[in-house]
Amino acid sequence: MSFINSFSIWFIPFLIGFILLYGTVKKVSTYEAFVEGGKEGFSLAVSMIPYLVGMLVSISVFRASGALDLLLDFGKPFFDFIHVPGEVVPLGLMRTISGSGALGITSDLIASNGPDSFIGRLASTIQGSTDTTFYVLTVYFGAVGIRKMGYALKVGLLADLIGFIASIIVVTIVFS
Amino acid sequence: MVNYIWVGMMVTGFIVAMLTGNVDKVNAAVFKSAQEAVTISLGMVSILVFWLGLMKIAEKGGLLEMLALLFRPIVKRLFPDVPEGHPALGYILSNMVANLFGLGNAATPMGIKAMEQLKKLNGGKNEASRSMITLLAINTSSITLIPTTIIAIRMNYGSSNPTDIVGTTLLATGVSTVFALCIDRFFYYRSSRKGKK
Repeated sequence: MSFINSFSIWFIPFLIGFILLYGTVKKVSTYEAFVEGGKEGFSLAVSMIPYLVGMLVSISVFRASGALDLLLDFGKPFFDFIHVPGEVVPLGLMRTISGSGALGITSDLIASNGPDSFIGRLASTIQGSTDTTFYVLTVYFGAVGIRKMGYALKVGLLADLIGFIASIIVVTIVFS
Repeated sequence: MVNYIWVGMMVTGFIVAMLTGNVDKVNAAVFKSAQEAVTISLGMVSILVFWLGLMKIAEKGGLLEMLALLFRPIVKRLFPDVPEGHPALGYILSNMVANLFGLGNAATPMGIKAMEQLKKLNGGKNEASRSMITLLAINTSSITLIPTTIIAIRMNYGSSNPTDIVGTTLLATGVSTVFALCIDRFFYYRSSRKGKK
């Protein structure tokens, strides 16, 4: 615990210091290079805006209308049948469409069930296991202007599903 | 496909809102989330500027080439389309390493730089190439060594052992990454077969 903690605390300063010293040794004009590279950051962030606006509006319409809840109610008998706790299903769905939304559900599940309960641990593992496919897709492809995504979405969503199932199986084996 | 999902979520949302009387909530959600999207993008400016600035130093010093050389055997198999010594490999590796340590903020700019290089390799087309989709698959299922955020939340809620999910997370992400790569390969070979017909 303390090792992992201090590792994550020290990793960033170490990484920054290492890059700076390495550049200096290699006679890079570090400050100028930093400014030159940093300039790209601004235009990248701005070029992302239309992609994020489009995606987030669509997701929040789907959520605020109650369509997401309907979908979950519809699937409930099925999830009961395969012994997946219904509480984590919204998390699994949300994980693919909204990172902050998923984090909200996770902390809610941990608060109401306790961090060391089965559901608390399951929610923690799911939260740590997959990344928000729609977000990654939007940001990564949006920033470089990819409009034809090919089979990328299918691959991302199937990977999420596998991550969700793997989390349930692993947590069930380890903690119950 | 993304076109259909995008329109589908909106239209379904509007229809459900009419039936359930949530129209006012939906109206508010439209403008709130549009604003949120801009806030997120602009909020990323500081992180992007800082890490891209640092990465420029690493790039000019030759650090990225070195990383790429070190892990060449693995990455060559994952990205057979990228020629040896191409700068994209260095960015891909930094992206993977940052994800491994749960540094999402550092991983994003490197992933974007990698995509930029892969786009150049693909002749600047606005179409996703094979390597781009592989990089995406690795990112959405990314192996996580230290899920920093979730450990912090567990500590907040008084867990007796906040890090006891590190093992299960590592296992689950390992499984999902392997499967993601298999799925990626499956779709690639299927689509390339279709292309030949």
